[in-house]
Amino acid sequence: MSFLKKLKDKFQATDNQEEVSDKYKDGLSKTRKSFSEKINDLVARYRKVDEDFFEDLEEVLIAADVGVTTVMELIEELEMEVKRQNIKDTNEVKQVISEKLVEIYQGDNDESEDSSLNMQQDDLTVILFVGVNGVGKTTTIGKLAHQLKSEGKEVLLTAGDTFRAGAIEQLNEWGKRVGVDVIKHNEGSDPAAVIYDGIQAAKSRNADVLLCDTAGRLQNKVNLMNELAKVKRVIEREVPNAPHEVLLVLDATTGQNALSQAKTFSEATDVSGIVLTKLDGTAKGGIVLAIRNELGTPVKLVGLGEKVTDLQTFDPHAFVYGLFADLLEEEE
Amino acid sequence: MAFEGLADRLQNTIQKIKGKGKVTEQDVKEMTREVRLALLEADVNFKVVKDFIKKVKERAVGQEVMESLTPGQQVIKVVKEELTELMGGDESKIAVADKPPTVIMMVGLQGAGKTTTTGKLANLLRKKYNRKPLLVAADVYRPAAIDQLETLGKQLDMPVYSEGTDANPVDIANKAMERAKEEHLDYVIIDTAGRLHVDNELMDELIQIKQNVNPDEVFLVVDSMTGQDAVNVAESFNEQLDISGVVLTKLDGDTRGGAALSIKAVTEKPIKFAGMGEKLDELEVFHPERMASRILGMGDVLSLIEKAQENVDEKRAKELEEKMRSASFTLDDFLEQMGQVKNMGPLDELIDMIPGANKMKGLKNVDFDDKQISHVEAIIQSMTAKERQDPSVINASRRKRIARGSGRSVSEVNRLLKQFEEMKKMMKQMTNSQQGKKGKKGKKSKGFNFPFM
Repeated sequence: MSFLKKLKDKFQATDNQEEVSDKYKDGLSKTRKSFSEKINDLVARYRKVDEDFFEDLEEVLIAADVGVTTVMELIEELEMEVKRQNIKDTNEVKQVISEKLVEIYQGDNDESEDSSLNMQQDDLTVILFVGVNGVGKTTTIGKLAHQLKSEGKEVLLTAGDTFRAGAIEQLNEWGKRVGVDVIKHNEGSDPAAVIYDGIQAAKSRNADVLLCDTAGRLQNKVNLMNELAKVKRVIEREVPNAPHEVLLVLDATTGQNALSQAKTFSEATDVSGIVLTKLDGTAKGGIVLAIRNELGTPVKLVGLGEKVTDLQTFDPHAFVYGLFADLLEEEE
Repeated sequence: MAFEGLADRLQNTIQKIKGKGKVTEQDVKEMTREVRLALLEADVNFKVVKDFIKKVKERAVGQEVMESLTPGQQVIKVVKEELTELMGGDESKIAVADKPPTVIMMVGLQGAGKTTTTGKLANLLRKKYNRKPLLVAADVYRPAAIDQLETLGKQLDMPVYSEGTDANPVDIANKAMERAKEEHLDYVIIDTAGRLHVDNELMDELIQIKQNVNPDEVFLVVDSMTGQDAVNVAESFNEQLDISGVVLTKLDGDTRGGAALSIKAVTEKPIKFAGMGEKLDELEVFHPERMASRILGMGDVLSLIEKAQENVDEKRAKELEEKMRSASFTLDDFLEQMGQVKNMGPLDELIDMIPGANKMKGLKNVDFDDKQISHVEAIIQSMTAKERQDPSVINASRRKRIARGSGRSVSEVNRLLKQFEEMKKMMKQMTNSQQGKKGKKGKKSKGFNFPFM
């Protein structure tokens, strides 16, 4: 059985495949096109697997923001694999390529780790959102609040971005739209203090989930990163085992700097997962590969559109399936 | 490290070439490969890189590089020159309409920093050009975007035109124009909602606003961290709106900012401003030259090379390098080097141009006062030939004599001798480490050796 077939079967074995599958297929339509089309195109252009072929393949991957280091590794492995299996026909290479790509997405173990959020059953779950400016932290919180609320959870938001003009209003607006309360101070106040109040409020109201917004900050600003570490310490002190998730929000259009972001934010706050936003607009998403390959941090949520329902749990199988959907259908 | 600068990247290749009398085409090919990787790591679009490399190769294979004594540096120089040319010259002027108000439209993807830049630009217009801008809140989609602009307006004490979230952005823009005319405000800056370049409906809205207000400038605001997709974004905004310039935001981060090059290459529109911080006065005029260096990850090493080449006799530099390596570097050589360095310009300026120089141990303890150089010269000149060759013979009474002869104190003589010893040690380390892989500190000592490095 072909590898892609296996992938498809595996994917369809998971529940509610139709709905999720469509979401991913739509959201990733651009990504998919760029990947599959280009790889198909490449295979069509070359009859023989030679150095030029690999050079072109290198470009296709780099164009998807996969990252130079990861691409170089991948190409090296591919070249070895091709030699080992003595593959000469480019059509056969196609399969090896997708195999290798999936391998990176899933890591070594086939049953890749759970990408669902670490939610406490009967206790308060605290989720801290961090990231650079303009990646979509507040929007993601709004979307997630909606999702959790429709699951019947009691959700509370904390406006920890006390720096940017209008940030508190923005979260407040989301609170109104979704119908959840927002704990806030005035602009310019200490973010750790706001978060502290948020925790106290969540405790006294017996809330299920507390989503903590923070101001966007560039990872090379040491003071601001220290401030973030302080916020985390306050959460740790007030709620045992919290924050249950520290989610780094990344803009999918970001290039190689995403790696630096992931590294530095992890150092300051032990990032437990990644939210990849604006994945619908870009032809890329390749940075997921780079982050998986170089840092191993799991992607937990993806933003596939502007609608409030467009935040999805990241499903590596569905993601890979979405990426190779064209290749899969072609095989049948 | 994933992000090595070009200079670091080229080290290995240069190492190989060093022993050879001539640089072959193969060597150049290897070097351009490193250049290619450096650019790709900086997020420059791969197509742009491809064209660029072609150009560099042509020049590099020519005599210019092959016959140079320092081919590695020559390649960097060629790359930088081509890069700066591609980036264009300083064009930070903002249009002024014949009949006020001058209209500026801000467009871009979500989260690029349009609203913040709108505030910063207004601030700059008032501060630098003494203009009175009107801010227009035409982002009716993102929650609290209008609040954000209004808050900025309050902070800056500037008028903001808004109609709430139910109004049509085209109408808002039209009415804002009337208001600006009524109140004799001479600039109108329209903050539009972030949108995907593939979102036809919203792109149409921008086209309509543009047709209605007939802006003098359409600025595309781009996040400097954008990856390969920057090309598509810029191309598509430019095609539909014929942008007049680009503002690069979040450049105070640690991104290489290769997107800048991609955008310039596909749109051929100037990058006019760069956002350099979160505060409202942190919008700067864009410097193509600096950006080129940044993309390559190498400080201002280029200007340094140029200066060094103008002033240092390359042959002498080679000899000195040899001496340094064999640790037979004497106070005489020191004196001569100092003369050469002095010819290049103020010392602290030179040091500033060396990437990572401020992090180098030993450099901190050395005071780079130009006056001190003359003192040092005086001290060395008061030594006998023997003393200059072998400072170890300088005992206490010789020290006293040297101090008297140069008009400096004994402690200064002592300090110089100590510094010279330390310097020799450092040079040895540096030249040794060049042999090894981690030649980081030593990399600049190639063709132009500074006594203070």
